[in-house]
Amino acid sequence: MSLISVLIWLPIVVAVSLGAGWLFRQTLIRLVNAPTAKFLRTAPLTASFGMLTITIYVTCAVFAPLIAPFGESEILSASFEPWAAPYILGTDNLGRDVFTRLVYGARNTVGIAFLITALAFVAGTLLGIYSALKGGIIDQVVGRLIDVLMAIPSLIFSLLMLTIFGTSVISLVLVIATIDSTRVFRLARSVALNIVQLDYIEAAKLRGESTVYLITREILPNATAPLAAEFGLRFCFVFLMISSLSFLGLGLQPPTADWGSMVRDNAELISFGDITPLIPAGAIAILTIAVNFVVDWLLHRASGLKD
Amino acid sequence: MSPKTTNTSSSAPLLTMRNVHIKGLSDETWVDIINGVDLDLNRGEVLGLIGESGAGKSTLGLAAMGFCRDGCKITDGSIEFDGLDLLSQSRQQLRQLRGRRIAYVAQSAAASFNPAHRLIDQFCEAPLKHDVMARSEAETYATSLYERMNLPDPDEFGLRYPHEVSGGQLQRAMTAMALSCRPDLIIFDEPTTALDVTTQIEVLAAIRDIVKQFNTAAIYISHDLAVVAQMADTIKVLLKGDEVEQATTAKMLKSPKEDYTKSLWAVREYARAEQPLVTGQQPVIEITNVTAGYSPRQDILKDVSFAIHKRRTVAVVGESGSGKSTTARVITGLLEPRMGSVSFAGTPLPANYQDRTRDQLRHVQMIYQMADTALNPKLRIRDLIARPAAMYLGLSGRALEDRVRDLLRMIEMEPDQYIDRLPSELSGGQKQRIGIARAIAAEPGFIICDEVTSALDQLVAEGILKLLDRLQSELDLSYMFITHDLATVRAIADEVVVMKDGNVVEQGPKSEMFVPPHHAYTELLLGSVPEMDPKWLDRLLESRGADNIGDAAIARMK
Repeated sequence: MSLISVLIWLPIVVAVSLGAGWLFRQTLIRLVNAPTAKFLRTAPLTASFGMLTITIYVTCAVFAPLIAPFGESEILSASFEPWAAPYILGTDNLGRDVFTRLVYGARNTVGIAFLITALAFVAGTLLGIYSALKGGIIDQVVGRLIDVLMAIPSLIFSLLMLTIFGTSVISLVLVIATIDSTRVFRLARSVALNIVQLDYIEAAKLRGESTVYLITREILPNATAPLAAEFGLRFCFVFLMISSLSFLGLGLQPPTADWGSMVRDNAELISFGDITPLIPAGAIAILTIAVNFVVDWLLHRASGLKD
Repeated sequence: MSPKTTNTSSSAPLLTMRNVHIKGLSDETWVDIINGVDLDLNRGEVLGLIGESGAGKSTLGLAAMGFCRDGCKITDGSIEFDGLDLLSQSRQQLRQLRGRRIAYVAQSAAASFNPAHRLIDQFCEAPLKHDVMARSEAETYATSLYERMNLPDPDEFGLRYPHEVSGGQLQRAMTAMALSCRPDLIIFDEPTTALDVTTQIEVLAAIRDIVKQFNTAAIYISHDLAVVAQMADTIKVLLKGDEVEQATTAKMLKSPKEDYTKSLWAVREYARAEQPLVTGQQPVIEITNVTAGYSPRQDILKDVSFAIHKRRTVAVVGESGSGKSTTARVITGLLEPRMGSVSFAGTPLPANYQDRTRDQLRHVQMIYQMADTALNPKLRIRDLIARPAAMYLGLSGRALEDRVRDLLRMIEMEPDQYIDRLPSELSGGQKQRIGIARAIAAEPGFIICDEVTSALDQLVAEGILKLLDRLQSELDLSYMFITHDLATVRAIADEVVVMKDGNVVEQGPKSEMFVPPHHAYTELLLGSVPEMDPKWLDRLLESRGADNIGDAAIARMK
């Protein structure tokens, strides 16, 4: 593609995306109740586009068998068929439909990434708030343990753990969730540290409230904004992590469709000038950008900036 | 550098604001902050701006610099400074003006200085930036200003970092900084509100002195009438963005025209009759020989003893750092004393709150200074008040709902209107009332009130004091009232405990405490409370001497 055509196409793509985002936002505002609509109206076009993209991905993930024309690991033809009906994005190295695998990949990669992020958040947040609330020795011990885990580069650490525990989906989920919960722990602890010194926590302590009540009713509701923003970012990292592990052959195992391994499987096509292997990579990139658009908006709101 | 005498003879006002309208963005809608205020300020004149919080004082003060906070905009009117229309100036031109011809002194000096740079470097920044002086010249000038402001060791003072000087000194250093380019106009935005009464005086004296010497015009913003009375030539009263009235200070104090102004003036006169002391009764709370501190090497409290009897209010007064709040922390069990004990109705309380029984916890309640941080912003009023009632009294369902409604009625808030609101949907005074409701929901015997009115406007504060007073007689409560405001003490206390450096220096019934002879420190505290008489500061400085106020006077006492 020449530079000129990129210059022509880029503004068109951006305009169409933002327009689609605007349409999506207007539709949503019509559909939901008044307070939610008021909240949605503050979303910039970028965030609207992000929400639209996320909705599309989620739809793909949920309704994968209905959308995909073929079976997930069905071998249909010769390898590397070109883009032509009925294989709209061609076939891969084993003759499976790329479009079908792309749709199933949304379900596998996005679903597992969501599960991992959720686990990491439950563990990291609870432990972080607990540490901040208790302070002293408990905080020190937990903090140093987390430091030890964080000191090992995450990719190397996960490769190591997966080699030891095997590459089942369960061990993949647990290993990445553990590693990511350390990052969540740091954030949750620092957010909670600011909250625990407020008077209403002191009042609740003096009232004789239990630790569980303090964490769930007094601290957690006031820490949601930064944690929600971090959830979005963390989700992207987890997502990239799964894809890179799959690319290295230690993530989701064949024949399960996964965007990371799809890039690897079809990588040789690149040397023939075929962009098919870039499509799953693009799917990863677009979701990452979309999530970040939404997170930016939420962060901006949480920071209370007005302009 | 030419002295600013070129234009002083001209009779045109220095600052003219006409029909200024300012709007602020709140919850996605534009609300009016200032609705059409006029303002004239002559050279060398000091204008006092008075009003409750939310009246638009600070917004108007900032507008005098052609500046708006984030989320605000000037929608109408004109602001003219020395013939320049500030609203049509470019950002660059305004930047040339600010700091050089118009300076600003903020409420919190500690938050306004950069903690990483020496005071002198921050002083020199503006003169160098605006090419008014060379560095060496600016330093000499700084030293001379420090000297005039009675700062200790003026030659070396500028070499210190902000955290190395006291709050009062820092505020004076900031005033000196505002003067660094010899501006024509300085805006003082509540410069002494965060300071103790004794330190307030030295800052007031320094500001007034220096404004007079340089013939600088000033806008002095404050909610404290007595302070403004000392500083201003003219007073303008604002209410919710509208001007109520404007008159010269003497006239305004003697014969205010509008009802609102009169009500502001009357607040300070609320006083409750002293409750008689019942002798031979077990005190509700008794603190015996408490010595406590946050590190084993340093004691904050030294051998503190006093008792609080049923239905009585004990006011604990003293400057910041005197150990008032630490005493409260020992009573509530947040800080374990090194020696001594606290007992409730004759039985000693465990030193740590975690070892206390639910009933012991119930009987000692606390109301905080900042209602904003004392109420969980994510809980509804219903849940905030219901929690202690459910926990301590085992109420639930219908009974709990009725109790919450009763409590809301007791604090004079209509249950149907407020029960489902969040704290952010209430005013400052209402939030404080919810704090009170939460405390009495536990049906305690004793409540610690930690500076409960100091963050509130005078009218609202008076309402809170009256409410506390009424609840005391209805519910047989005992109060420990931590405050630095002696007007509050006069209004509500039965007994007064004066603390200094962790020691109780004097204690006794209110009627005795306000009559001489006093302990030297009590004398200083009492004498430092500004009075509504505009001549008060002059008389005080004359009788005590300019070197014997604030920190200097306290140091002399040791």
